[in-house]
Amino acid sequence: MSNVLSLTTFLPLLGVLLLLFIPKDSKGVLRNVTLAVTALTFAVSLLILNGFQTNAEFQFVENVPWIAAGPFMMRYNIGIDGISLWLVILTTFIMPIAVLSTYTAVEERVKEYMICLLLLETGMLGAFISLDLFLFYIFWEVMLIPMYFMIGIWGGKNKIYAAVKFFIYTMVGSLLMLVALVFLYFKGMEAGITDFGLLHFFTLKLDLATQIWLFLAFAFAFAIKVPMFPLHTWLPDAHTEAPTAGSVILAAVLLKMGTYGYVRFAIPLFPDAANKFAPLIATLAVIGIIYAALVAMVQEDVKKLVAYSSVAHLGFVMLGIFAFNVEGISGGMLQMLNHGISTGALFLIVGFIYERRHTRLITDFGGLSKQMPVFATIFMIVTFSSVGLPGTNGFVGEFLILLGAFESTLRWWTIVATSGVILSAVYMLWVFQRVMFGELDNPKNQKLADLNGREIAIMVPLIVMIFFMGLYPKPIIDKMEPAIKKLVSQVRVSTPVAQAQSIQPVVALPAEGQAPAPEAGGTHETSAPAASTPQGTTTAPAVNPHDAK
Amino acid sequence: MENLNSYLIVSAILFSIGTIGVLTRKNVIVIFMCVEMMLNAVNLTFVAFSRHLGNLDGQIFVFFIMTVAAAEAAVGLALIIAFFNNKQSIDVDDVNIMKW
Amino acid sequence: MFENVWLIPLFPLIGFLINGLFGKKIKNEAIIGAIGTLAIFGSFVVSCLILMQMIGLPAEQRVFEKVLFPWIHCGNFKADMAFLLDPLSCIMIMVVTGVGTLIHLYSVGYMHGEEGFYRFFAYLNLFCMSMLLLVLGSNMLVMFIGWEGVGLCSYLLIGYYFHKKSAGDAAKKAFVMNRVGDFGFLIGLFTLYWWFGSNHNIWTINFTEIKAASHLLPYGGVVTVATLCFFVGATGKSAQIPLFTWLPDAMEGPTPVSALIHAATMVTAGVYMIGRMSFVFVKSPETMMVIAVVGAATAIFAATIGTAQNDIKRVLAYSTVSQLGFMFLAMGVGAFSAGIFHLMTHAFFKACLFLGSGSVIHSMHYALHKIHSHDDAQDMRNMGGLKSAMPITFITFLVSTIAIAGIPGFSGFFSKDEILWQAFSNPYHGNLNVVLWGIGAVAACFTAFYMFRLVFMTFYGQCRINSKAKEYLHESPFVITIPLMVLGTLAVLGGYLGMPKILGMLPNYFEHWLEPVFEMANEYGGKYAHHGAHPSHALEWGLMGLSVVIAVIGIGIAFTMYVKNTELPAKFVATFPGLHRAVYNKWYVDELYDFIFVNPCKALGQFLWKGFDVLVIDGVVNGVANVVMAFSGVFRYLQSGYIYNYAFSMALGVVVMLGYYIFK
Repeated sequence: MSNVLSLTTFLPLLGVLLLLFIPKDSKGVLRNVTLAVTALTFAVSLLILNGFQTNAEFQFVENVPWIAAGPFMMRYNIGIDGISLWLVILTTFIMPIAVLSTYTAVEERVKEYMICLLLLETGMLGAFISLDLFLFYIFWEVMLIPMYFMIGIWGGKNKIYAAVKFFIYTMVGSLLMLVALVFLYFKGMEAGITDFGLLHFFTLKLDLATQIWLFLAFAFAFAIKVPMFPLHTWLPDAHTEAPTAGSVILAAVLLKMGTYGYVRFAIPLFPDAANKFAPLIATLAVIGIIYAALVAMVQEDVKKLVAYSSVAHLGFVMLGIFAFNVEGISGGMLQMLNHGISTGALFLIVGFIYERRHTRLITDFGGLSKQMPVFATIFMIVTFSSVGLPGTNGFVGEFLILLGAFESTLRWWTIVATSGVILSAVYMLWVFQRVMFGELDNPKNQKLADLNGREIAIMVPLIVMIFFMGLYPKPIIDKMEPAIKKLVSQVRVSTPVAQAQSIQPVVALPAEGQAPAPEAGGTHETSAPAASTPQGTTTAPAVNPHDAK
Repeated sequence: MENLNSYLIVSAILFSIGTIGVLTRKNVIVIFMCVEMMLNAVNLTFVAFSRHLGNLDGQIFVFFIMTVAAAEAAVGLALIIAFFNNKQSIDVDDVNIMKW
Repeated sequence: MFENVWLIPLFPLIGFLINGLFGKKIKNEAIIGAIGTLAIFGSFVVSCLILMQMIGLPAEQRVFEKVLFPWIHCGNFKADMAFLLDPLSCIMIMVVTGVGTLIHLYSVGYMHGEEGFYRFFAYLNLFCMSMLLLVLGSNMLVMFIGWEGVGLCSYLLIGYYFHKKSAGDAAKKAFVMNRVGDFGFLIGLFTLYWWFGSNHNIWTINFTEIKAASHLLPYGGVVTVATLCFFVGATGKSAQIPLFTWLPDAMEGPTPVSALIHAATMVTAGVYMIGRMSFVFVKSPETMMVIAVVGAATAIFAATIGTAQNDIKRVLAYSTVSQLGFMFLAMGVGAFSAGIFHLMTHAFFKACLFLGSGSVIHSMHYALHKIHSHDDAQDMRNMGGLKSAMPITFITFLVSTIAIAGIPGFSGFFSKDEILWQAFSNPYHGNLNVVLWGIGAVAACFTAFYMFRLVFMTFYGQCRINSKAKEYLHESPFVITIPLMVLGTLAVLGGYLGMPKILGMLPNYFEHWLEPVFEMANEYGGKYAHHGAHPSHALEWGLMGLSVVIAVIGIGIAFTMYVKNTELPAKFVATFPGLHRAVYNKWYVDELYDFIFVNPCKALGQFLWKGFDVLVIDGVVNGVANVVMAFSGVFRYLQSGYIYNYAFSMALGVVVMLGYYIFK
């Protein structure tokens, strides 16, 4: 039981071993084994969920020495808290669905494809559970390779371009991150930190200038992955060219790496810099929301449209995270899950019609409702989830993000972002109308078959989740709230430090009575009251942010 | 031991023959054997020095090199066979796809 | 019974699930219709029981909150799935379930034989559920579920005939316009929540809690901002200027939908919301003025458009917009209970009118279908003289028309006159009140005119339909006419619940009933009201007489133009061609919106995609790649591809390096 986290992570790798012994012509066996492995992984991950205690601490921690090379000490240090818990579950939940969606979509090199999928799963899970910065980096890179192959080998017409673009974009970011990581390590060594353990670095006090550079390097890597405007152009290409399962995983989990990176690393490691850059990042996020929505509106390719809608949704997530309050970050986290579910579902839907018609151009469709009523119903539910209709999951996340951001200093950003809610309705409904409504005039569309049992089985869990998370998100929020409160306290408390630093280099001590935390919150001009409040129920802000731990 | 030099000279000659062979011959198998010869030339040097210095480290290294050479032989021959299957030839001039 | 309030939205939900999931398998229209109708009827019964219980309680105990389950709890934010029962929501559930039941019943007949019959009933049930959530929600977020939910259902139902492009367009337009309103609603919600939270540490969106804390709100300032945002939400949902254009297009849906959603219930959500939060709205004199002015402007604006439309349902649609304008006018002058009263009477007579028009269309459609004519079954120019063919439809339609025109003794008179009187006498907006009253009165005149124009063109005069089709015209079956008769009766009697005091025959039950809800609002409003001389009874009588005269004038003009002197309208059009064209084309508002919003957005999207994404960003990215490629293009010739070349360079390298160290 104590190793259940490692078990979850490496089960897919064991699956890869198993697949190696299966001849590559027995496609059915390969598919079923992969499905069984991913399903088993999901089952095991439910044990984690079951054993998870609702508190802010890291749980299921495993910490053993791994590599000791010269001054570098890497440890196999893993664990989860409320923030990573749900992303782990999301990953294990999406994987069987993604595998199931490939049963008829991929006919060539099935074995390699399945191996890629399983490797990818290990990579993603590993990245979510790593508490060692170096380990995280390794898993971060591990994810990249199978995805690169999935796009490059099983992709569409322009697959090489898309795969290389994806690879290079991500690589540029991660190399910067690696440099920053090593630099951070040396900084840590000066302060007596002896390994890459994330928790040690939380206590590290860095001056603002260092923080800014390191934050920028991390933020750049994560911003590419999110992707944030203007680093988003790899995404539409990658999504359009990737096979369905690839798109689903890319949208549902891989993009979350970026936002997760902010929450887990960039912000708590460099809180002062994060505070400083919050307006900039919020601006980019809001531009992303509006920009992506406008661009999505005029797309001719359904898949590209969904890809741009991802950019818009992730913009919301970023806005929520940089609100730096419980509501905003919880909303951001929820929105990550929601986006995983509803955009994953949208890509599956696009995959269904692509398999039938081998085109994704909107103009090739029209009036499918008549021919495919089940498909129409499912598509509609997912569309409205993506639009954020109350009662579906999309709403809860979006609402909390906007609420949180409005309470914070990002009020004007929020108002602009809220108009993105209108635009999302415009482009989603428009594409829905053009694909599903109207006359069924294209003769090729008149013989389309409705969804079969397998396809419905794929969609049902997603739809159940759409409504469950929309109507009763409490269990999810409850589990992550303590961790988020802790994160908020990490960022918040440091705010006065950052401000004090700009005036005097020494951190203000409470004895002076001048800048104890609540007071300092008051200097937070525009959101004077907001700063002093949500803390009330949690731990009283400690004087020195880092000693609080 | 004064005859160290003769060992070194022999090994240098062997090594040079191997190098020239690798550079000039076209037959992959021959090239491969030349590589083996270079490895063994190095082994000879190791043994000679080991004896000369009275230190067994060199001889242990030789064991490693021999193991690696065996592994290399296995992989290399497999590559050659695969290559032959593709091109019906074992001439290095036909292995020219590794360029721009 | 209060405890069981959750049953009210539950029944339609069950109906929706059954019909939605299994309707296709059930196939039998009678069963599907029965499930749908019984579901909402069940809610109606529960609502009645709740109403009875509430009547039995003393006024101050008529508030009840039922928390069903916690919904979103996060940080300070707390929103439960909870219902609020008070006199206001009680009236609303009665109207929604009552009218809803009748319309479900009607639909069984009207939708007979339609493809997707089950789908229609499922949507209708879902709509009722959403609407009930909207009116029962005890906090803004539950209200918002209903708020968006009705928008969704409206989308689904307008797009019911999805194979028609116009239906798809109309559905999308409705949803997007509603979304614009929702944007306002959300911002308003955020503002209020944030203000209360940050200034008083009251983190709430619960109506009763806000009401309890409403004395903390300042007059104007942040309240103006918040309430204006809420009002934007209301204009979207209730089709007021500037977000009204979706409603007439929404007539693409089946007629019962128009009756239920676009006349009786959904569009009144905005009015209800203002009523629900009256204690906030009234704290901002500026917002109140905006509401009153927008209401009055919409009332007259839509009424003018209504005079020139030929599609029977479109006339009714513009009439709805105009009547909603009256309700907003009432809200804006602080006559909350009058506004809600008009909401209720309007629900009765407008539902009756729509259903009546549906009955006419049904019959026309049948007749035209029989002779294989492609004439438009909804165009009034094809109708005329239907009075004898469809007596029940005619009588109920006429009664409702009289009600909406404001003839004494019918429900519309009481509610509309109350609004006009309060607009005149309520001292909230100083001298503006006379203007508001004037506009309202003129709009009332237009109302009488276009409604009677409708009646005269449809039911009187020569039958203009193809003579062959004439014999196929028939009265609709009972399942259609019974709801008509019930609603017609209510259109007459409903008004007696809220007779103005001055008439003195019956007490104003309605205002009395709602008093506890609006007490606080009236108190706040009183603080800034201009206290002038209290208008006398004589004045009230006078104005009442005047509005009757106005209505009669409107009817008279209609009679002259469409019964006596039928060539007059053509002459009028010939005299003022520009004016007629503008009115006929709805003052070109749609075109204006296309020009200002829709087309620039599309153009901008195209530009950002093709121009910015592809050219600028990818241009830079690919540019970097190209520079690297150019360099490597030179260096690549070093790679000959021959192993011995590589080996040689390797050996050479070794020699050079060794040489360097040896001869250093």
